[in-house]
Amino acid sequence: MGKIHLEKVNKCFGDIEVIPSIDLEIEDGEFVVFVGPSGCGKSTLLRLIAGLEDLTSGKIFINGQDVSNSAPAKRQLAMVFQSYALYPHMTVYKNIAFPLKMAGIDKSEIDKKVKAAAKVLNLTDYLERTPGQLSGGQRQRVAIGRAIVRQPSAFLFDEPLSNLDAALRVNMRVEITDLHKQLKRTMIYVTHDQVEAMTMADRIVVLQAGNVEQFGTPLDIYNNPINKFVAGFIGSPKMNFISVHDAKQLGAFEIGIRPEHMNISKTEGRWRGVVTVAEHLGSDTFLHVKTEGIGTIVTRGDGELNINYGDIVYVTPNLNKIYRFNEKGLSF
Amino acid sequence: MARKITIQHQLGFTLLAWFLGLLMFFPIFWMILTSFKTEIDAIASPPLVVFSVTLENYIEVLSRSNYLKFFSNSVIIAGGSTLLALVVAIPSAWAMAFSPTRHTKNVLMWMLSTKMMPPVGVLVPIYLSLKYMGLLDTRFGLTIIMMLINLPIIIWMLYTYFKEIPSEILEASRMDGAKLWQEIIFVLLPMALPGIASTMLLNIILAWNEAFWTLNLTAANAATLTAFIASYSSPEGLFWAKLSAASTMAIAPILILGWFSQKQLVTGLTFGAVK
Ligand SMILES: Nc1ncnc2c1ncn2[C@@H]1O[C@H](COP(=O)(O)OP(=O)(O)OP(=O)(O)O)[C@@H](O)[C@H]1O
Ligand SMILES: [Mg+2]
Repeated sequence: MGKIHLEKVNKCFGDIEVIPSIDLEIEDGEFVVFVGPSGCGKSTLLRLIAGLEDLTSGKIFINGQDVSNSAPAKRQLAMVFQSYALYPHMTVYKNIAFPLKMAGIDKSEIDKKVKAAAKVLNLTDYLERTPGQLSGGQRQRVAIGRAIVRQPSAFLFDEPLSNLDAALRVNMRVEITDLHKQLKRTMIYVTHDQVEAMTMADRIVVLQAGNVEQFGTPLDIYNNPINKFVAGFIGSPKMNFISVHDAKQLGAFEIGIRPEHMNISKTEGRWRGVVTVAEHLGSDTFLHVKTEGIGTIVTRGDGELNINYGDIVYVTPNLNKIYRFNEKGLSF
Repeated sequence: MARKITIQHQLGFTLLAWFLGLLMFFPIFWMILTSFKTEIDAIASPPLVVFSVTLENYIEVLSRSNYLKFFSNSVIIAGGSTLLALVVAIPSAWAMAFSPTRHTKNVLMWMLSTKMMPPVGVLVPIYLSLKYMGLLDTRFGLTIIMMLINLPIIIWMLYTYFKEIPSEILEASRMDGAKLWQEIIFVLLPMALPGIASTMLLNIILAWNEAFWTLNLTAANAATLTAFIASYSSPEGLFWAKLSAASTMAIAPILILGWFSQKQLVTGLTFGAVK
């Protein structure tokens, strides 16, 4: 029902080529996350799929049908915007009912569907309010209600949680994941938060400068990043990169070590250094260690680690978990 | 750090605002006062503040000319031209605000630049055009002219209002399956309604008070209230009080309209800059 296929999709704004050429195959019912740094073209790609931007060249197919030149309304997609984009002059009820009204569905049917959607999203008590009288989380839910009330072939989300506070984000993240399990519809979700990407996605598309760097499952991308960019982008805290002679010793132009793949000791180890920052999170401890040979590296240890600012520590990498890169930054 | 506004500041601003307000209102006040004086009292020097109230100016003005005719011409021309202009301006402002091209700003500047030229510069061609089309001294002809001269301002005002509407909301309606006309009727217009209302009011006022074109392009049939006033400013004889009475009658309707729509007008004039 919601298979989306991009073929040599290209987009220029005037003289600026934002998306050089993207090929992508999204399966029906899949939860795909577009992730990448700010300005890499995530929103543009999503808006191209939605039909809100015109393709410069290339083709988009939804369920095998070429929709490259179709209006948004013809594509049977629903979208949730970062700014919610609710209709400020309509009540919550009317906001959710709007797509059904546009589809020419009769009133009693609309009423049933709106109430059902409101129930799923805990909005029943707010149906007569206008968006201005709601909290950020409630507005977000209305925007989602407006999207799920009809049966689109896919849902598009553009950073829907970035205006919410941390606690609410975690809640909404779970709610959207649950929604995906219930509706079993294709969802494309744009974010620059790699935690959202890792936790929500079936498959992740890592974008950089309008190019797909890697497309794969979260663990695949975490374990087998195709190049230095993906390796550095996925994972928090970031992977450490080392290109001095230690790298040559380990047989690579440059090596990458994730903070969680290092052993920290007060007495002995491969690299000696001074702790310049110690972040005790309770569950974990992040240490920034200024070493003599390889610069500052970040390590992650367990919460009970009793090491503080100024301590001398020894860091040893887990040699089985080292990522090796060549001169071009590609993994091997 | 927020600036601290002290009581003294507030008092100062209030006094200044009242002073400026009264200063601007004074000529109108004096005109209304004069309209109730006899012609002799009206030109008395020093000016009389205490005088015997008379209605003779109003009686004479009403009997000498057909106020209702001028009034209805004004209503038709000001109202009609504004409505007509909105019909043209709403789609064009919508297009410029939501699908701008590289040239949108230039087009807007060009439109505005037509208002910088003194109207007398095009008087002859416009006069002759209307004459050849047989539209001289007709309400229709003047409605069209009035619409055209106010169109740049209407488009500018609407453009500014439309610009403030997040385009994502219109895009959301497109995603929700709205057709172009549904997007404009159900989403854009309701959100822009306050802006459209104040644009409308401001333009009715501009058209109502417009004198240059109405005086030059009308004679007996399509003359508006500005022509009605002008007919009382004769170069000889005593006419101050009658002129004041005529002017008071000409501005009264628009003053009343303005009074009742104050709120709309203020938001209109500040262009939604204060939210
Ligand atoms: N309408 C436009 N005209 C010109 N350039 C644009 C337009 N929209 C986007 N761009 C450019 O295209 C690039 C990609 O923008 P896009 O909004 O897709 O980035 P993004 O990945 O969504 O970033 P963010 O995470 O900040 O939202 C940016 O360099 C941006 O400046
Ligand atoms: Mg974006």
